[in-house]
Amino acid sequence: MAILTLDQVSFRYPNGTNAVDRISMSFQAGEKAAIIGQNGAGKTTAVKLMNGLLKPSSGTVTVDGWDTKEHTTAQISSKVGYVFQNPDDQLFHETIYEEVAFSTRHLNVDAAEAKKITDTALELTGLTEYATLHPYSLPYSMRKFVTIAAVIAMQSKVMILDEPTAGQDGRSLERLTRITDYLTGIGKTVITITHDMTYVANHFERVIVMANGHVLSDSTAKEIFWQPALMQESYIQAPPVSQLASALHWPGRIVTVDEFVEYGSGQVLERKDSM
Amino acid sequence: MSLLSMKNVSYRYPINNWKSLKQVTLNIEAGVFYAVIGAGGAGKTTLCSVFRGFIPHFYHGELEGEVQLFGKNLLQYELADIAARIGYLFQNPFTQISGAKETVFEEIAYGLENLGVEPAEIRKKVEDVIALLKLEKIAESNPTELSGGQKQRVAFASVIVMDPEVIIIDEPTSQLDPQGTEEIFRIIDLMKQRGKTIILVEHKMEWIAEFADRIIVMEDGQVVMQGDTQSILSNPKVMEHGGTLPQYAEVGLKLLGEEGIHQVPITRKQGELVFSKLQKGGAE
Repeated sequence: MAILTLDQVSFRYPNGTNAVDRISMSFQAGEKAAIIGQNGAGKTTAVKLMNGLLKPSSGTVTVDGWDTKEHTTAQISSKVGYVFQNPDDQLFHETIYEEVAFSTRHLNVDAAEAKKITDTALELTGLTEYATLHPYSLPYSMRKFVTIAAVIAMQSKVMILDEPTAGQDGRSLERLTRITDYLTGIGKTVITITHDMTYVANHFERVIVMANGHVLSDSTAKEIFWQPALMQESYIQAPPVSQLASALHWPGRIVTVDEFVEYGSGQVLERKDSM
Repeated sequence: MSLLSMKNVSYRYPINNWKSLKQVTLNIEAGVFYAVIGAGGAGKTTLCSVFRGFIPHFYHGELEGEVQLFGKNLLQYELADIAARIGYLFQNPFTQISGAKETVFEEIAYGLENLGVEPAEIRKKVEDVIALLKLEKIAESNPTELSGGQKQRVAFASVIVMDPEVIIIDEPTSQLDPQGTEEIFRIIDLMKQRGKTIILVEHKMEWIAEFADRIIVMEDGQVVMQGDTQSILSNPKVMEHGGTLPQYAEVGLKLLGEEGIHQVPITRKQGELVFSKLQKGGAE
């Protein structure tokens, strides 16, 4: 059964503009998905509807059996954790440990269990050695992992990451992948908003494309990054290797470095055979 | 003589018990576009803050070594004097927008007003920058109501209007989509053509490969590699230092040594040339 469903959901701002217009999507427990699209496409509005920060103007959002209109934002956010785009919007404590431990106060657990949850979240995000530091003593890219740890410690069934890849280097992206895979492995649903198409192509089976408040496509990286018309309409760009493979007229809808290298080496073999 | 330089510079922030810069020696030459790359926490932003004088004039902590700006020691400057010659674009455009002005036009004029420039001259300079950055459509908009990409361009305009010799830009595109990123790189390229010295911190390697002249690689507070863009962005050592390479170079390195592949491309154009040799019936 789906853990999270949006059924024909619209959201209108008070000035009358539709930020999202009759969008539908559904997520299973343990599933991961990427939402992509230009700034202003409605991605952040869609995820705010998922965690109850916004309530739909029409249509229904169902989280773990609850209609979000019938529950408070606080109730829903215990089921859907949200890591904001800017980490500084959600850091309040004196040490990284306290920042993460604070999340466990909302859980019905004893002190020993709370400590265990906090330690696990810190370890998973690579912050154990920095636990006693002030969050602001870390650079921006690392502060983002503090907010991710804090949301992991909430133990919600669904976790939303809004632009976790912004300003991150290669190692941080690997860490982000490990975190996502761990969470989906224990049955959590992870939804990631990102502009990093290489990250999407490397790590996501399911990709949802949004533009102008609509869902234009809900399929796979291979489907999306080889549809020029769709990319043009949604202002997205395929990963560099796809652009290169396309310019070279290589077949096979290449979206990753490994696929490119595999096809490239194969060409060499074929040429040798035919000599 | 170099325009800006560091000699054996180390720095520790007051809040930290470790050094964010360690024995950095670096020369910045006039008119060159430098990209600073490396993992988060490598010291890239700190390096920029020293050249701009935020360290030690705003952030205190411990600064060792010698920093020269335009032939004079950093410590002999007032922050405002550096501001006139070195523009700085922050990562987060929300930091840059003053919030005190009601239109984009006024926002861009703000720095010049503070310097007491004649109103007629302000008007002309602001109009020029608005035309240059194609901001005509939003000139009368409220800066706080713009999209992230628009805010970043307005912040950039506020820097350019002051006509600094050096422009330091800290991850300007991290919050932007491809379209916004392209617009920012177009402006950076424009500044390069006007002879500005540019220091850019950026993770988007494909863009750096297209535009930057030289690359500075940082790791753990040190400058671990530097050189021209082509040689650095095709060197796998960058990845050992926690940096990334353009995807074109990644595939190039993996296919290097295969028949016909003798170079590592760093841009798409180079990639097309190099890999067309792999195709059946391709150039022999």
